[in-house]
Amino acid sequence: MATHIEPERRTWEPPTAFANKTVKWIVYAVIVVFFLWSAWGVRISFDRLLIGLESGANLIQSMFPPDFGPRQLNLIRIGMIETVAMAIVATVIGVVISLPVAFMAAENIAPKPVYAVGRFLISVSRAFHELIVAIIAVKAVGFGALAGILALSFKTVGFFAKLLAEDLEDIDEGQIEAIRAVGGSRGKVLLYGMIPQVIPRIVGLTIYRWDINIRHSTIVGIVGAGGIGITLLNSFDRYEYDFALAVIIVIVAIVLGAEVLSAVLRRRVQ
Amino acid sequence: MLSVIDLEKTYETDEEALRGVSLEVSDNAIVAMIGPSGAGKSTFIRCVNRLVEPSAGTVWLDGVEVTALPQDDLPEVRRDMGMIFQEFNLVERLTVMENVLSGRLGYVNVWQAYRRKFAPEDIKRAYELLERVGLKGYENVRADKLSGGQRQRVGIARAVIQRPKILLVDEPTSSLDPETSRVVMALLTDIAKEDNIPVLINIHEVSLAEEFSERIVGLRKGKIVFEGTPAELTEGVRDHIYKGSPISEDSPVKETVSTTEVPNLREIDRAGIRG
Ligand SMILES: Nc1ncnc2c1ncn2[C@@H]1O[C@H](COP(=O)(O)OP(=O)(O)OP(=O)(O)O)[C@@H](O)[C@H]1O
Ligand SMILES: [Mg+2]
Repeated sequence: MATHIEPERRTWEPPTAFANKTVKWIVYAVIVVFFLWSAWGVRISFDRLLIGLESGANLIQSMFPPDFGPRQLNLIRIGMIETVAMAIVATVIGVVISLPVAFMAAENIAPKPVYAVGRFLISVSRAFHELIVAIIAVKAVGFGALAGILALSFKTVGFFAKLLAEDLEDIDEGQIEAIRAVGGSRGKVLLYGMIPQVIPRIVGLTIYRWDINIRHSTIVGIVGAGGIGITLLNSFDRYEYDFALAVIIVIVAIVLGAEVLSAVLRRRVQ
Repeated sequence: MLSVIDLEKTYETDEEALRGVSLEVSDNAIVAMIGPSGAGKSTFIRCVNRLVEPSAGTVWLDGVEVTALPQDDLPEVRRDMGMIFQEFNLVERLTVMENVLSGRLGYVNVWQAYRRKFAPEDIKRAYELLERVGLKGYENVRADKLSGGQRQRVGIARAVIQRPKILLVDEPTSSLDPETSRVVMALLTDIAKEDNIPVLINIHEVSLAEEFSERIVGLRKGKIVFEGTPAELTEGVRDHIYKGSPISEDSPVKETVSTTEVPNLREIDRAGIRG
């Protein structure tokens, strides 16, 4: 080994994701220039920054201590119950609509035209932010929880059907084939060959989506679509910042609680 | 009786998997189909119940022309054909009992299927079969908890409970160890004999074919190159099926291979080598 005469190589460079070094530096330069250009575009002066910081400090000061008075607690309770109820109803409705959409959007199950429709429905649902959907829903059916439920159900389809369709696309064909081979019709193949393979996933995704919907249903109230968001907005409008903080604390607690519960439940189904 | 005439299958990839295969499986016969990997054994079995759509040829099962049926009528005729798979193909998340009873799916409606409402005599039969295959007391165990050998026993029970007119068996032991393979083969052939079900079985291991079948069919490159009893399956014939070597002049099996077939074969083999 030691006598082997191969030229010693003492330098090494990690391979880069870019074609070569020049390209790499050009890409970096473009990123830096783009950042500078954006910063110039909004032109936040140092004075403006100071003013902002000061009013921020004031706001925080006026929030303490949070106001958990009896009237406030009652408003929070009403708002929170509506929020959680909206999330549950929207999850159920959304999942019920998602199930057929997911089967439509699974390439291995649906014929080409049906597949295209399924994918289109999912894309439409995913294209809009929930607040935009909520604004439209409020315009369509008026203020309140109904608009929130509509918006969240609509968003649920994009999430749930997309992930379930992906799972359906890699289910085990052998099990499906076995049910076809015993003389199972399409419906029985679905019941025995496909659904058992994705049931844990359906349960897990439902819980997961419920926890996301809780989070989202706290926010859609901002545009008038029901729930605790309206309570929060009202408190700001009335300059009751201490009440606003109380609402925020409850929202954080509920969202975290839902997240923990969802994680525990999902672990148990898997 | 299963009767297959001039079956051909060319896949979309232009792969000619079957090139005119004719075969009869008469009542309560056990026929083993052997042949090298890629010979078309699985394709043949799957064309019989039309899990794979044949390109040409006809399949008859007890007076029903399977190949003439429209797609919508396939479930009905498939009820009469039990299939056993190499990878068992049990529904993993269902219980042993649900898997066995799924063999009766052709006889309940979708709602009953969903509610698991099978006829009492089917349930009784399922218990009997579970006992027969040595899985008494396993009815509520989920299929994914079973060993390979146990899974194939469930697979056998699922096929037999169909009360099929034929059992189509594709490499039932290839996923099992040699010891388990023999036990499963013995079980399968015993039950078929008891219930008078004819069996067509694809199998890799020649020794198992010789031991458990009455007739052996050798498939090579999509054509039948041998048909005879286990005794007639000599070393020379075996080499011919598996390696394509010509059958020697003094081969005792020569008569069993039709005289028109043998020269044809040699041509095909040479063509195969050239291609
Ligand atoms: N779905 C398919 N599409 C295209 N070609 C296929 C398909 N299934 C099988 N084939 C080809 O058809 C030929 C016969 O395959 P088949 O699976 O029937 O052979 P086999 O005798 O069962 O082999 P093995 O012993 O390996 O299971 C092979 O050349 C294979 O590559
Ligand atoms: Mg095969």
